[in-house]
Amino acid sequence: MNEQTIPASGTPASGKTGYNFAYLDEQTKRMIRRTILKAVSIPGYQVPFGSREMPLPYGWGTGGIQVTASVIGPDDTLKVIDQGADDTTNAVSIRRFFARTAGVATTDETGEATVIQTRHRIPEEPLKHGQILVYQVPIPEPLRWLEPRESETRKMHALQEYGVMYVRLYEDISKYGHISTAYDYPVIVNSRYLMRPSPIPKFDNPKMDNNPALQLFGAGREKRIYAVPPYTSVKSLDFKDYPFEIQKWEEDCALCGAENSFLDEIIIDDQGGRMFVCSDSDYCQKRREAGYRGKDPSAPRGNELLDDAAESA
Amino acid sequence: MTLEEERLLLRVTNLTKYYDLIIGCRNISFDLYRGEVLGIVGESGSGKSTLLNCISARMEPSAGMVEYDTRAEGLKDLFQLSEAERRMLMRTDWGFVHQNPCDGLRMGVSAGANIGERLMAVGARVYGDIRESASAWLTRVEFDTDRMDHLPRTFSGGMQQRVQIARNLVTEPRLVFMDEPTGGLDVSVQARLLDLLRKLVDDLGLSAIIVTHDLTVARMLSHRLIVMRGGEVVESGLTDQVLDDPQHPYSQLLVSSILQA
Ligand SMILES: [Zn+2]
Repeated sequence: MNEQTIPASGTPASGKTGYNFAYLDEQTKRMIRRTILKAVSIPGYQVPFGSREMPLPYGWGTGGIQVTASVIGPDDTLKVIDQGADDTTNAVSIRRFFARTAGVATTDETGEATVIQTRHRIPEEPLKHGQILVYQVPIPEPLRWLEPRESETRKMHALQEYGVMYVRLYEDISKYGHISTAYDYPVIVNSRYLMRPSPIPKFDNPKMDNNPALQLFGAGREKRIYAVPPYTSVKSLDFKDYPFEIQKWEEDCALCGAENSFLDEIIIDDQGGRMFVCSDSDYCQKRREAGYRGKDPSAPRGNELLDDAAESA
Repeated sequence: MTLEEERLLLRVTNLTKYYDLIIGCRNISFDLYRGEVLGIVGESGSGKSTLLNCISARMEPSAGMVEYDTRAEGLKDLFQLSEAERRMLMRTDWGFVHQNPCDGLRMGVSAGANIGERLMAVGARVYGDIRESASAWLTRVEFDTDRMDHLPRTFSGGMQQRVQIARNLVTEPRLVFMDEPTGGLDVSVQARLLDLLRKLVDDLGLSAIIVTHDLTVARMLSHRLIVMRGGEVVESGLTDQVLDDPQHPYSQLLVSSILQA
């Protein structure tokens, strides 16, 4: 955790680096902001936008980066997480990208951040009014699995023909006895649009519901932006006799003892030893700083083991 | 209002469909009553498939009208309905059995899910009920329910057709369109499927419009027949009448060709 809050220069980085503030030119940012405004006014609806080439390949969060670049200002403080951790390669490189091109302050602390870009998790610490959570989205269309035609999926959204989405849950139950879909679990936003929440665990789905923060979703390759405005209802699809459930663990976090956080199983030695720890590294650390302890508090986090490799990448 | 009009389910008036300058079908008019099965026979290119596609709202006619007795508002011009209303009609009050099961089934999901889909599309949200319904309909089409969690591609053609029929009937439609429902099947499989269809139509009091080139199918299932050629109706009447005593030379030719075969 060597990258705590870095003070912002307060001035656009353009003078120093040759980049426009936050890399994108102003016209592109205006276009993306217009797209975001439309997305916010139609919660859950996928709005097409003219995705730009970014200095990162698709699959590395180019959609999220463009959204972040368009909403971030010099006074913002940015947090970037990947799988819940601030110190993975992807998170580090995106954070550095904005530190360099926008000169913004960055942080690992959920509570300190005004903009959080994420891949695969929503922080455990409840978000606040005024914060923006930007999701990196690989595939935005929830109906794609059974309908390859874009014209048809658009019609299905327009007419709210979402019955087919339940077919998938039905198949899960018939095959496994329960709804086995664990990530990217489909939701209905504002009682209207079916939405893919990106590959977050369904554990995080309830956090989207009525969240005080603004949630923005950017898909770079597929050129779509969608949004969940603050305090908007987000309901996970389910059956009355098979209600939506989140993941549960037998164990608590080995480091901080958290009982209600999303746990990753990590391998700790060559003998196949393993333990469960919070996937949200900031949350886990905060708890330890506050004196909470799990059953094996001295063990290194998996992420810390990888830390050097990531930072030197 | 006369009794006849009360029982009217579908009315086709001067229906014409052009493809660019080629005529698909021209000036077709007929009424379909509740519980009635209408056969449309003709060779390929006779316009019978075009006609079926227009009256089932899968294709918009160039001219003419198709009216349907909607549950909510009575007789309505199909093409004046909103697309949402039309699509709702298609997956609730109507069925469409395709010749090729690939066109009428989702091959990537189980038989049970194929049948349950129409229920889920109209708001069924209790898994146990959906499954029970799917199972009941599979039994009704004489399909082994032990295989309801299997994918359609693991079934024979005749069994796929049974699943497709169950998928269509699960919402208890009043009108079912069928496009060569037994086409491409072995003769013995075909015969058993025809028996099943006839029984279902009788038991459920279904109305149906069946397009076929096969006069045996038409004889067995339909009460009335329309004979088409070159996009036009050349003869229509009660099935027995048309097949036993065809008036138009083309109908005579069709009937004599089957007698010789
Ligand atoms: Zn922890």
